[in-house]
Amino acid sequence: MSRGTLLLFAVAVLIGLPLIVVALSLLNPQWDILSHLWQTVIPEYISHSLILLICVGLGVTVLGVSTAWCISQYDFPGWRYLSWGLLLPLAMPAYITAYTYTGLLDYAGPVQQLIRQVFNVSIGDYWFPNIRSLGGAVFVLCVVLYPYVYLITRAAFMQQSTAAFESARTLGAGSFKSFWRVAMPLARPAIATGVTLALMETLADYGTMEYFGVTVFTTGIFRTWYGIGDAQGALQLSALLLIFVIVLIMIERYSRRRARFYQQRSSNRTPQRRPLKGWRAGFASFICWLPVVLGFLIPASQLLWWSVEKSDIWLEASFWVLTGNTLWLGLLAACITVLLALWLAYGRRRHPTRPLRAAITLAGMGYAIPGIVIAVGLLSPLAWFDHQIIAASKWLFGVNPGLIFSGTVIALLFAYSVRFLSVSLQTVSSGLEQITPQMDDSARTLGASGRRILWKVHLPLLKSPLLAALILVLVDVMKELPATLVLRPFDFNTLAVRAFEMASDERLADAGPPALMIVAVGLIPVMMLSRALRNKSIKTGD
Amino acid sequence: MRKLNRLLTVIAATSATLVSFTSAAAEVNIYSARKEALIKPVLEQFTEKTGIEVNLLTGKADALLARLGSEGENTPADLFLTVDAGALYRAVEADAFQPLNSKLVEKAVPEHFRSKDNLWFGLSLRARPIFYSPERVSPEKLESYLSLADEQWDDRICIRSSNNLYNQSLVAALIEHHGAEKTEAWAEDFVSNFARKPVGGDRDQIKGVAYGVCDIAVANTYYFGHMLNSDDADEREAAQKVKIFWPAQDAQGTHVNVSGIGITKHAKNVDEAQKLIEFLVSEESQKWYAQANYEYPVRDGVEWSETLQKWGEFKQDDISMDVLGENNGEAVRLMNRAGWR
Repeated sequence: MSRGTLLLFAVAVLIGLPLIVVALSLLNPQWDILSHLWQTVIPEYISHSLILLICVGLGVTVLGVSTAWCISQYDFPGWRYLSWGLLLPLAMPAYITAYTYTGLLDYAGPVQQLIRQVFNVSIGDYWFPNIRSLGGAVFVLCVVLYPYVYLITRAAFMQQSTAAFESARTLGAGSFKSFWRVAMPLARPAIATGVTLALMETLADYGTMEYFGVTVFTTGIFRTWYGIGDAQGALQLSALLLIFVIVLIMIERYSRRRARFYQQRSSNRTPQRRPLKGWRAGFASFICWLPVVLGFLIPASQLLWWSVEKSDIWLEASFWVLTGNTLWLGLLAACITVLLALWLAYGRRRHPTRPLRAAITLAGMGYAIPGIVIAVGLLSPLAWFDHQIIAASKWLFGVNPGLIFSGTVIALLFAYSVRFLSVSLQTVSSGLEQITPQMDDSARTLGASGRRILWKVHLPLLKSPLLAALILVLVDVMKELPATLVLRPFDFNTLAVRAFEMASDERLADAGPPALMIVAVGLIPVMMLSRALRNKSIKTGD
Repeated sequence: MRKLNRLLTVIAATSATLVSFTSAAAEVNIYSARKEALIKPVLEQFTEKTGIEVNLLTGKADALLARLGSEGENTPADLFLTVDAGALYRAVEADAFQPLNSKLVEKAVPEHFRSKDNLWFGLSLRARPIFYSPERVSPEKLESYLSLADEQWDDRICIRSSNNLYNQSLVAALIEHHGAEKTEAWAEDFVSNFARKPVGGDRDQIKGVAYGVCDIAVANTYYFGHMLNSDDADEREAAQKVKIFWPAQDAQGTHVNVSGIGITKHAKNVDEAQKLIEFLVSEESQKWYAQANYEYPVRDGVEWSETLQKWGEFKQDDISMDVLGENNGEAVRLMNRAGWR
């Protein structure tokens, strides 16, 4: 390995450090607790987690691909608004959407109260779906997570070579057939990336599951740790979860083992958007409005309502400090993570050696591990570094510099990189996958250096995936809760922490303003993202 | 060059603030499992009175404890504050505390609400009685926690999940009083009486009774206090439909839990930490707890707030808090086996 690759390898392993700590816990198995859990609760965790994965996987695929197809191919009333409106649910943390739907649909909420008043019935006399259930969790995760699929798939549909598509049509394939036989297979890496992200997020979700009382792996990890007080047992459950994720990733890789999808960017035309009229236009609008209404408009209105009830909070200075903290922390973490992802994805493309690939895969798995587990996996290595530095500094200078890594913003940034590297890595890699190696070769034959190829060829082509990665991570960091809770410094809170503390104390209305602020601050990047994407499609259309 | 100058100024300014931060006069640092809104006001009073700055970090008890452990002797935390006897016990097990010898505190906190070696001290009490709907349940039918396993309560009980520390401590207390075997048999019947799968927090259980999802709930009193005094009319109305029953008055008494505080083993500001504990058990702070969070003062002779007085006097289970911690692991396993999710 060259020095460059070695450094790359070292960084990938460093990012994977908490996961290694988790995996190492299996070396000292706590048979007693594991066998107890196996006999009592683990079968239930597994079956619930599987049901959740399958249903959410299907749901986000249907919602994400159908909307991406409508927006990228057709011209119908409102498509311009919908093209960015469909991204809005990204700004909603899943657990907050869960709070709002509970507020609305629970027996104490306005919907059921209305039913009881209108039909003069009482609880138990009528049937109403229980939102706090496995089905409710599937619903919430689907409407919150489909934008990952939509965002990445839409980009793929828009970049698809018009030529391939038009050939299909001239050969007599109808739009349905050309969708199934040409567009879908070409978009498969993008769809797979989006669904994998959504599923990893599903596995790591704690807030929604806890609030809905759904017993899955994540809640089991917390229960073993907080309930039985067994941190080792909890780490070992996390290790099992990690195995689960590895299998998931392998299945995804295997399913497209021979496929390589490069776009021939010979044609520089944007595909012609076909106008829809009558019921077809209505149907397309319905398909695109549905997830926006369910994933954004309804929960955001509920938050707005609560925020109006608690309007005095908006005047408190401390509330704006929270907002500022959340924003700069998110921006910093997003920049670091995207730079790391770019570097790693590049390294993998240029030197695809087996150990490097394995290390990068490891570094990309943090997304599926609950933030709390990452935090705990980080605590001991960070503290170890600190203790060494303190000891060395005392010996050399007789000064105690205090804790530099643990309990500081550095620890938080580290944790965010571990947790969200995958989001940026996958987005950047799927962008890179679309640039043919021939392009590098031609540039090189024309005498361009590696650096020049990066600046003049790749970066312009990667602009939209990079921006997408930046914004996805920014929004994710602002929503992140468990790791922030464990690793943050004294007197340092974020909007997510505030919203959670209020909601977990069952003061939903008080959780309204900070939650709304997360959404509001998250909206700005979502808007930026859609504008950047639009400018790009206009530019290539010239 | 100008850029470099600017950079140097920034570095100088940052290090100046860093230095001034570390050399700040008197301060004390708390890791608190009690949420910010429920502790900050009283800490601010302390700062106002003594001039000692208080830095606060909130989080879940076990996570904070893990952080305390990994930071070891370099930890910045001087105090660890948490809300359940089980969590306090785990902190003792993890060797997180050092003893405090303060006659003042010992006098204020009764013996069974502090640890054996004065490693931690109770700050407030949280009772966990039975709530019932006076329309559908006559209180004569209620008796103790054990009697909730009767067939007559089939499909009529709301309680939150066994993930919840308060439930774990309740079961831990039952194990101590009735033995593990009897408690497990009880838990199986009790679980089969649930009106629904456990979801939500204590307020949700009380609301369940108010709205007719169930007839009986087990919950902590301070949630009820918050509901009765809520700015939300719906919540007030719901709470008014529910009444408190103090269980086990002819036996061991109603289960109470404790929130407590201790000085960390590697505390740097021990004197300030001691002053803060003394302040927190003073009559003034004890009154504040009851008023702000409807908890019971740990100190005798403190006047109860109006809401607490309305609920009346009751016999408390005076089991040692240490025992709740010792039995906690057993309690969770037992609940797992009984199918209490």
